[in-house]
Amino acid sequence: MIYNASAECMDRKALERLQMERLQQTVKHVYENVPLYKERFDAKGITPGDIKTLEDLELLPFTVKDDLRQTYPFGMFAVSMRQVARIHASSGTTGHPIVVGYTSEDINTWAEAIARTLSAGGTTVGDIVHNAYGYGLFTGGLGIHYGAERLGAAVVPISGGQTKRQVQLLQDFGSNVICCTPSYALYIGEMAAEAELDLEKLPLRAGFFGAEPWTEAMRKTIEDCLGIEALDIYGLSEVMGPGVSYNCLLKCGLHINEDFFIPEIIDPITGKPLPPGETGELVFTTITKEAFPVIRYRTRDITSLSYEKCSCGRTFARMQRVSGRTDDMLIIRGVNIFPSQIESVLMEIEETEPHYQLIVDRQEKSLDTLEVWVEVSANIFSDEMRKLEALQKKVRHEIEALLGISVSVKLVEPRTIARSEGKAKRIIDKREI
Amino acid sequence: MAVTQISVFLENKSGRLAELTEILAEASINIRALSVAETVDYGVLRLIVDKPDLACERLRQAGFTITETQVLALEIPDRPGGLADVIRLLSNAGINVEYVYAFVGKAKDNAIVVLRLEEIDQAVKLLKKHGLEAVPAENIYRM
Ligand SMILES: [Zn+2]
Repeated sequence: MIYNASAECMDRKALERLQMERLQQTVKHVYENVPLYKERFDAKGITPGDIKTLEDLELLPFTVKDDLRQTYPFGMFAVSMRQVARIHASSGTTGHPIVVGYTSEDINTWAEAIARTLSAGGTTVGDIVHNAYGYGLFTGGLGIHYGAERLGAAVVPISGGQTKRQVQLLQDFGSNVICCTPSYALYIGEMAAEAELDLEKLPLRAGFFGAEPWTEAMRKTIEDCLGIEALDIYGLSEVMGPGVSYNCLLKCGLHINEDFFIPEIIDPITGKPLPPGETGELVFTTITKEAFPVIRYRTRDITSLSYEKCSCGRTFARMQRVSGRTDDMLIIRGVNIFPSQIESVLMEIEETEPHYQLIVDRQEKSLDTLEVWVEVSANIFSDEMRKLEALQKKVRHEIEALLGISVSVKLVEPRTIARSEGKAKRIIDKREI
Repeated sequence: MAVTQISVFLENKSGRLAELTEILAEASINIRALSVAETVDYGVLRLIVDKPDLACERLRQAGFTITETQVLALEIPDRPGGLADVIRLLSNAGINVEYVYAFVGKAKDNAIVVLRLEEIDQAVKLLKKHGLEAVPAENIYRM
């Protein structure tokens, strides 16, 4: 179901005109009201009038998380506190938390984004939405809450915790939709199994999961164990909160609310924009936000964009599921490589969380080599040598096809790769750079 | 009729085979037959033991990747060409032999070989017609 077809299925030409108009307003707004932006624009010799086409976005400076820390608490707010209706903040384990603000119009926009999200997963008026995202400074709980209300659904604002009770209420209320983190969904599934409750028999139909990285394998597990459609929802508080992008029921990427946010993919090293389809760092510019607009905010999330129209009818660009963070990037023979890309290949082949390690080395004549060590799990082990050799070849070919550089693959015994605190060290870089 | 064979993934590094045999010895498990197939980096060790269930449990606990396969143990005349006759017989019937290795023990005048093939039941019937007897699993484990 499409909540707002006139926006979500808008002709791309018309969408680009709308984006252009809104981008110009936003650039003017931040230039006049946020000192940090004025300073940065001035330093580059740019005035709001220089932004004449969407391509001119490239002229604008990036914003990074540290900028938001340095201006703690309200330095990036573009309106006076009289106009601010709500404040959220990240938990921030190190340094200052990231503080973001919303005008009542921003909250409206946000509710619209979530209403589109929930609707894309089949939520309708009359449905009961079990909202187990945390309520509070975190954007998850209230973000979903307002969107579900906007859609006309009945919200159960249960927040996190007390899982036994959650399972009980899911059953007693006959909730149709659940919203929480993917790992919490699995936990609920386990608790239900313990209570010998067959979740598949409940009216529960769909779940909207986000706020932490997850995989296609997890999606399958959740769908099987809860008997629902498991949909991916993406967002970050710096840009707005949940609802920046969302799966439709085809689950082929996440539709970005492009009338509110302009996405870009850049090379994380050079900062140069990359063409559609290429993998790089996701960058967002908000174009409707009043209280806390951001210009070219670097999310550090790794993904790629597709502008092809989806079979669901939406024209909004789709981002692939976030596959990693820029912090993990490797450069080998001039090619940017993310361990998560290799992980996704192994996941496809092994159908389970793979254990692997990347060994990067440099030979004479400064040729970098990449060796992929794969632990042979019972899933992929065969007692026939030709099958093991075929497996090794398949892994190598698929990684090479994806990365465009040659690699070697080594099959190793389980527990070869050292794990500390349950997490394996993924990269051994032996190069002396 | 089929015999349980345990296959173990092993990297070619020193000490691993010794470690494995120690684990089996500690659990008083006897190795009845053994073969290794290998490449430069790794190999597959194939084992027939007297207590396959216990062996699997101990090896899994020790972190080895293992798999169980059903194989056929067959008595063949201990003379030149004895094995070749059997393989020809099977391949003429369209039964593909994945690999074969010899058994350590002997039965009277006959040698025992271990055959890995897809259609065990079909092969047993065919071989029986030609006077070749599969060795029951219990006998193999007890040998
Ligand atoms: Zn779609």
